This record gives sequence, structure tokens and C-alpha cells, in this order.
Amino acid sequence: MRYKVTHRTTSTYEGPVTVGHYVARLTPRTLPFHHCPWHELVIRPQPVIQVQRSDAFGNLTSYFEIEGSHLELEVTSRCLIEVTPAPAGDPAASPAWETVREAARSERFGPASLAGEFLFASALIPLSPDYAAYALPSFPPGKPVLAGLIDLTERMFRDFKFDPAATDVATPVSKVFQLRRGVCQDFAQVMIACVRSLGLPARYVSGYLETLPPPGKPKLVGADASHAWVSVYCGEEFGWVDADPTNGILPTTRHLTLAWGRDFRDVSPLRGVTLGAGEHRLAVAVDVTPDSD
Amino acid sequence: MMKTPSPPLFRLFPGPPKANHKPFTVTLPLAEPPTAPPLGYRPAEGVYDEMVGPDGAIRPAWKTFAGFLSHCSPADLTGRVATGQRLLRDHGVTFNIYDDALGTSRPWALDLIPLILAASEWREVAAGLEQRARLLDAVLADLHGPQRLLREGILPPALVFANPGFLRPAVGVTPPGGRFLSMMGTDLVRGLDGRWCVLGDRLQATSGQGYALENRIILSNVFPEEFNASRVERLAAFFDQEREQYRSLAPSRRGAATVALLTPGPNHETYFEHAFKARYLGLPLVESSDLTVRDRRLHLKTLEGLRRIDVLLRRIDDAACDPLELGSSPALGIPGLIEAWRHGSVAIVNPPGCGVAETPALHPFMPALCRHLLGEELRLATVPTLWCGRPADLARVLENPSRWVLKPAFARGDRDPVFVDELSPGAASELTGRVRAHPEAWIAQEILPLSTAPTLTEGRLEPRPVVWRAFTSGAKEGFSVMPGGISRVSSSDHRRIVTLRSGVSKDTWVLSDGVVNQFSILRSQTVVIRPDRPPGAVPSRAADHLFWLGRYAERLEQTVRTLRSIVNRLAGESSEERLRETEGGVSLLRELGVLADDVPLTALRTHLGELMSDPRRPGSVPRLISFLRFNAAGARDRLSDDTWRIFNRLERDARLGPGHFVPSAAQEILDTLVLDLAAFSGMEQENMTHGHGWRFLELGRRIERGHSILSLAAAATERASLDESVLVPLLEICDSTMTYRRLHFARPALAPVLDLLVHDRLNPRSVARQLELIRHHLPLLPHGPGGSRETAEVAHFNGFVPNLDEVDLPVLAATPGRLENVVPTLCRRFAGKLEGLSDEFTSHYFSHAVRRLR
Repeated sequence: MRYKVTHRTTSTYEGPVTVGHYVARLTPRTLPFHHCPWHELVIRPQPVIQVQRSDAFGNLTSYFEIEGSHLELEVTSRCLIEVTPAPAGDPAASPAWETVREAARSERFGPASLAGEFLFASALIPLSPDYAAYALPSFPPGKPVLAGLIDLTERMFRDFKFDPAATDVATPVSKVFQLRRGVCQDFAQVMIACVRSLGLPARYVSGYLETLPPPGKPKLVGADASHAWVSVYCGEEFGWVDADPTNGILPTTRHLTLAWGRDFRDVSPLRGVTLGAGEHRLAVAVDVTPDSD
Repeated sequence: MMKTPSPPLFRLFPGPPKANHKPFTVTLPLAEPPTAPPLGYRPAEGVYDEMVGPDGAIRPAWKTFAGFLSHCSPADLTGRVATGQRLLRDHGVTFNIYDDALGTSRPWALDLIPLILAASEWREVAAGLEQRARLLDAVLADLHGPQRLLREGILPPALVFANPGFLRPAVGVTPPGGRFLSMMGTDLVRGLDGRWCVLGDRLQATSGQGYALENRIILSNVFPEEFNASRVERLAAFFDQEREQYRSLAPSRRGAATVALLTPGPNHETYFEHAFKARYLGLPLVESSDLTVRDRRLHLKTLEGLRRIDVLLRRIDDAACDPLELGSSPALGIPGLIEAWRHGSVAIVNPPGCGVAETPALHPFMPALCRHLLGEELRLATVPTLWCGRPADLARVLENPSRWVLKPAFARGDRDPVFVDELSPGAASELTGRVRAHPEAWIAQEILPLSTAPTLTEGRLEPRPVVWRAFTSGAKEGFSVMPGGISRVSSSDHRRIVTLRSGVSKDTWVLSDGVVNQFSILRSQTVVIRPDRPPGAVPSRAADHLFWLGRYAERLEQTVRTLRSIVNRLAGESSEERLRETEGGVSLLRELGVLADDVPLTALRTHLGELMSDPRRPGSVPRLISFLRFNAAGARDRLSDDTWRIFNRLERDARLGPGHFVPSAAQEILDTLVLDLAAFSGMEQENMTHGHGWRFLELGRRIERGHSILSLAAAATERASLDESVLVPLLEICDSTMTYRRLHFARPALAPVLDLLVHDRLNPRSVARQLELIRHHLPLLPHGPGGSRETAEVAHFNGFVPNLDEVDLPVLAATPGRLENVVPTLCRRFAGKLEGLSDEFTSHYFSHAVRRLR
């Protein structure tokens, strides 16, 4: 599949902004079954400087500065993404989840110990026995880790209600867990808290979701916004496996990956600090369309 | 409370003493080395004592000083304690300058007995610290780079990944200057075997150096002869070397490197130390709002525009450095700082990310790390430490928890150690439950009996547990260690923990076995007749503070003088005339906005009492002093010690005793305050460099004075239509009584008084004189960040000043009632124009909306 994505963020300020510093993570990642042949970032007003680098998690990160009085900032990211279906592993063949847990804690260097980077509490995601208790029914002793992951994803989809009015960007994970309501970002972070509290590595993935409903299928939630889901380490052979608790599925070719990190703070698509703003209004518009060329 | 005489001349740097107790040349009575400890000192049994050996004999390094103490009379000792207290107070050494105005700050607690270390002992520790700094630098370089320590199994990944101090934005950066570590603070304790070992490291915002310097200056003044007789190593060479080191970190570009010290601001508990160190090293002291990143380069916002900063010494924590990349509060950090550092355009001491190596969880790995990274054996042991993240260590801790002190492995600052043996069984099992749940977040250390040092407690020497914080700084090759440091003892004898907050500090003397390096930083500076960078770069924020310092100093003076004009009349015998003048004075007080119109005269004394003593009441003397102090603190590094002493004295002098308001007591206080404020304005005129900073202080003063005279004149004119008695207090407040008498030999009349206060250019308190001075300063101001010559404030000023000259008092006075009708409105309008001028300065010079690179 090939997609064309347009992602426009418009920030309108109450009073004139004279200086702004920004970091954007809007360039798609390149993965074995996920390529980005073309990407552009258009910023108005014109930045005085714009540079790109790779961050500690391998995400392509743009840094830019805006100078001179302005009342509005518009950042438009356009890209093409090609996705081919990855071979799906047999959940029953995946290792027992306890095996993965022990490997991730190992002091011996290897892919599992590196995945250990995503084992611990992070700035926005605390750990607690309550999260582990919620996750545990999906992971009885000896349960293959991937099977457990599928079960947890489906349970969360049933137990949590999509409700944009219930939370905002600042709502803590504990509150979402208590409300059982929220949006994709909230569900992803709750699920990460659950998985990490069990002792398994989990990371936060930011990206897009194709929302045009294929014939005969229900329309997926998350239209016209950036999307977020989870990736869980399932042992050396299965590697990192994505799971989308908002839709109760394991992503295949309709989830497009921008960046990953420990939580939202590591990957937020656009972050800025401005001088002299006052209040500001944010409008985000995302279009993901299949590209026939 | 000890009464002290008013302070004699004060010197910042040690030199020939002028202390009042002994002349400098007196030889110490050292003929008989003491055998018994001085002042009946008795160390506790079974604990290593710094001064007294197990056989009861004085240790060699302490012989000279203990000999002095044995011969020291109680009166002499009391005198020295008083001198030390006075020096501390005069220095304004406090943890928190801001609180000072309300009298709640604690003075810096300094014990007059130093911790004394023999040369040979110090050299051994110093070699260990030098190695430790090289080692931690190498560890940091690896963790933020190739991470071989994780790949090769030297460090468990969880130790790094679980540590919130491991900042991902710092990964992959090659720090400008080539090193991660340029400054290390290390807390050392002495084990039972008599060897010093490391308790912990401070790498992010290492504080204490300024205090070490401060303690040294005070002790060398209190014990000048003993200090020299003991042959104590000097600190100046270390600081000089440190300063050179900072310069050498600068990314290469043309011109001299600019180094700045970043402080969280006057609210911070160690702000004094930042200001002290900045001034000692000759560095600008800046706050984050003074700095801005443009084009991935760090700049200082000055009155003249933006100026590059090459090296930033920071006193804010890692996580607060950059709100853009670390999600911290924008109030403290500088957005884009990490990107500028990553870009290589600014060196940061220490760079963000150093906090990861502060964890004591590293301690058990130090010997292996040292062999692996440096190929050397570890020279300086750490306090025996277990990291619960290792299953074997966790098992040992859980086996017998009460043997251990448990500490959070990754918490920042003064960690709260938990002595398990002091917990109730319930609390202990709750704690071990928490450790089991997240073992990687805990470390355990053996409970060590700390060594004790003699500490002066109510005239007696008592043994107190001691911790020594040593400082290590980058040098041309490797690192160098300060011969001294800051030691702390707990304030009671049974405390097992010593913190900077609860403890008492001590100077730390390292004795020399060679020639003492007499080098002082002041003498060592290279002589440059005309520096290539004029000292004109005044940070905009500092200019803003100075401007408001001028305004508040003047506002305080007007308030004090107005209060005095009333209190004087209440204190003396009463008469009809005095009563009318008092009422006149009260109407002027109302005009200043500090007394409501509906306050009856019967309640006057209560209100006067409040205005002189209640810091919560708007416009009160203590409140104005706190504003004055706040703005002075914001420009602390630009004010001399003498000036600072005036502010300290203002606060002391303004204290009105409790109880009923007694006019005579108030009178005395107000008289003293007028003199204190005169001392400040004298200092301002005669002792402060007349640079741009001074010019803003001066402008603030002129605007405020012009404003208040215009307001008072308006109020007096209104009242004069009823009763001209108001003119007597008015002249007094404006300090123009004598001038008026010399000119007129008569009771004051409205038109001549107004002429003297508004138009007379020879009267230093007239409005015309203030405007003349403002006109003089305007063209001398820097062009400012905007750059244009015809600035808004000049236009504003030229727009209204001629109108004032056109006010023709003789013509107005010719028509009865006209003066009283016209003048109040005119005066208030001009006062508003002056306020507008103040706003123009703010928007032009202090807000930095527009950029201008230099």
C-alpha cells in the first residue's frame, strides 16, 4: 500500500509572539516493511534556522526557530509512505511471557537487555501493582507473550470508552485508568503502564491511521488526527509487536509510524516554547489517503 | 543576643588584619605544645576524632591550632565569635536573600573551629579525587556515546535505563571542550580505619564553593595569626586555575571567550553563593530570562543588544535546563539551550546529563569501571554500598534490613536516607515491600559511625559528626582539587545524617608542608589597560532591577520624610499651629496613597505604627525596604559590599519595637533611615561606576523624585486654599526649608514654594532639576536593542517637557484662586507623563522584543 499524508498544525496566538523554539517529530520512520520515499516540512512564517537530526530513539527530529512578531504558526508536513504486510507470527509459538520478562532484566547484553530501556517508569507513565493486576488475567503463568498481548489489547478495547471530552493532553494516566475513558494517547499510555508493571518492555508509538472505511467494514476511530499505539517486546524471534488498544487490533498496513519513545513526551509531533504569547489555540488536520501512483 | 559596635572598615580579601582584639605581630604562645585537649574537649569513645588520637594526644596537624585554643581566654573566644557573627551579617551571608526583608532568613551557620587536614593526608585524598573525576568523565562519555559499558557487561543496563537522570536529549552529543565533567563536588566521610571514603557526588549544580571561600575569608579575619602560623594552603590558585579552565572550554572563535554564571535567581537558597562566586571570578551573573538562543547560539540580552556566551556555568539542575527538550518549566530553563550545546556553540559546566553519574548505585561498580576504563586501581574507596537492582545485593539487604541505611538510588539533592533499625516493624516491612517492587530504585549503605570534629557550642568544644565536601575542577590535563572545601557538622551530637540545610559549616584547612602559595586572584590578573570588550554589557534584567532600585530608594525616602514630618509634630509639645501642620502632613501622606481618605485623625497613631512596622501593608516602610532589597538582590553582583551593608543596616535600623506607637522612638528610627538612605545615594554618586547600569539606577531615582514632588505639590496646592500651613511640612519633605528661608525670610507662601520645588534648577530636589538630569542622561544611553536614534522615550520626553517650562507661576498667581485651580491638574498630568516615560524605558530596554546581534 502507498499513502499520501498531509498533517497541518496551526497555532494561533492571543498576542504577538516574538521568538519561538520548536522541535518536530513529523518525519516517518523507515522500517523493514515501512518506507518513506518523500517528505517535506513547510513552516510559516519562515524559520530563521531549521535542522534535522536523529534522536536517541532513532526518530528523525526537526529543530527550528522563528523570530519576528507573528500571530500564527503553521507547520505542514507532507509525505508518501509505502507499507507492505509483515509476516504475522503464530501467537501460540511465541515464548512464555515470563521468559521475556527475565530476558529483559538480564545484565547480559543483547536485544532483550536493550529493550530494557522501555521497562521502567517514565516522565508520564508511572508503574504500580494496580496496572499489573489489570493486565494479569491476560497473562496467566506460561501464557505465550503474543497471545497475552492480543488478549490485553482486546480487553482494553472492550473496557475503555473512546471519549474525547473526558480527557486532555495533561490528564494523568492514573486518572484515565480510573475513568476508563479517553483517546488513543490515553489508552496507549495506560496499556504501557500495564505491560511495564508486569515487567515487559513497552514503548509508545506515534503515527497515523488510514481512516477511510473499506467496503463492508466499520469505520475506525481516530479519523483526521494523529494516532498513537503501543509496541511490546515479545522476545528475540518476534521482536517488537505493535498493538492498538483504541481499536482492539494488532496493526498491519494501515498504521503509519512516525516515531517511538518511552511516552508521549519523547515523541510529541510538535513542541514549542514561545516568548510573549499569552493563550494559544491549536488546530490539527490530518489527511491519510491511499495513493494510486 | 550579642551587641556589637558599628562595624569598622571591612576588607573582602585576607590581608593584614584590623581586627580589634590583637595586633598582627603578636607571637603565639606555642612554646609548650599542649598535651591535653583544649577547653576540656572530650571525644566520644570508639569513634575516630579529628583532633584527638585514641591515646588522648592531639594529632600533629592540630597542634598549632589546639595550642592557641588552650591559651585562649573565654573573653577572647567570645570576642572572636562576635567578630565572626558581625562579618557574616555584614556579608549578608544568608540562605535566602529574598526572605531577609521579613526577617525570617536564617544566617549562614559557621563554626569557628576549622577542620584541619595534614598535607600528606590531603594529597592522598586529592589523588583519589582526581582519578574519580577522570573516571566519572569517562563513564559519562561512554553512556552518552557508544555505551560499551553496557555492551561489555561492565554496567547492568537497568542501572542506566531506570535512572531518570539519564537524559536522552544528551545522547550522541560531543560536548564542546571535549569533556562531560569540569566540576565535581564530593562528600567524604572518614571510616573507622581513619581513611576518607566517598559518600556521594554532586555533578549537576555543584554548590558550596562560594561558601568555602566565604568561610575562609571570615576565618582568616577572625584568626589571622593562627591562620598564618598554621601554614594553611590558600584557595585563590584553585579558583584562578578554574577560571582559566572555563575559558579553555570555549568553542574557538575570534575575540575573548565570554563565560557567564547562570543562577536560578534571588529566590534560590544558595543565591548568595552564586553572586559571591561570580564576583570573585569576575563573571557576569545571569538568570535564564537574561539568555536567549538565536540561530543555535546562546546570547546574553544586554542593553546594547545580544551578546554571545561561549561558556555557561550553570547552577540549575539538569532537568530544568531546557523546557523545549526536557519538558521543564519555561521559567527556569532556556529553550534551545541543548540544541546550542549539541551544535557545539556553547560549553556548559557541567553539561546536562551529568546527573546520571550521581547515583550511588554506581559505587559498587567503581573498582571494575576504573580498571576497565582507566587501567588503574581505584584509589579512593566509597562507603560500602549495595545496589538492590542486583539480585544478590537485594538478597543481602533483605536478609537483615536493619544493618543498612536505605536511600532512593536516583533521587536528586539531599536524599532522605532511611535507617531501617529506627523504623517500627510495620514501617520496616512496608519499606522492604517498596524495595522488592522496584529494587533498581534503591541502594543500601552500611551504617558508619562518622568521625567527629571539635565544634564550638556555647563556649565549649563538643565532638560532632563531620562530612567534608571537596571540590575538583577540570585542569589543563586531568583535574585539580581544591586544597580545602566546606565541611559540615550536625547541630546535635546524635544525628547520623549531616545535611547542608540542618548542619553547621566549617572552614577546611589543608596544612602545607612546603611553601604556602600566597597567590591571590586579585594580584594575579593580567593587566590590560583597555580591554577589547568594554565592561558595558549590562544584562537588561540587571538594568531593570537597578532602575527599580532607584525608584524604590527614592519612594522610601519620600515616605520616610513624610512620616517624619508628622511624627516630629506628634512628639513635640502641641499647639494650634503644629496641629494644622500635622493635618497638612497627613494630607500629603494621603496623596502618596498610603493612607485612606476616610481614616480619622484619632486613628492616626495606629496607622503610623502600621506604616512603620507592618510588611504586609502596601506602602509601609518595611514593605518598601523589601522591594528595595528584592531589586538590589537582582543586581547583587553590581553592588559593592559597602552598598550591600547599607541595605542590611536599613533593615536593622527600621525595626520598631513591639507595643504602643511611641512618637519619640519612631522619630529616632526615621532620622536614622534618612541618614542610611543618604549614605546609599552618596555611595551611588561617588562609588559606583557611572556606566549604563548606574545610569538606569539614576534615571529611576530622577523619575520617582520628579513624580513624587509633582504629586505632593498638587496635594499641597489643593490644601493651601484652606490653610497654607501645609507648606511647612511640604518644604521639610522636599528638604528645601533652609533654601526657602534664605531666599524669603518669611513664612512659606504658595507661589514661591511652588517655584522653588518645580522651576528652580539650582534646587537639587526640584522637578526642573530632575528633568535636566534626565535630559542629560538620555543621549548617553545605549542605542538599545531597537537600534534607532530617535527613540520612543526621547520623543516622549521632548513631547511634554517644554510644556512644564511654559507654566508661568507669576502670571497665574496674579489672579486670586487661579493657582489653586490650575496647578493640581497640571502637576498630576506631568506626573502621569513621567510614569509614561518609565513605561517607555521598560518596553525599549528591558523586554527585548526585537533582536539585534552583535
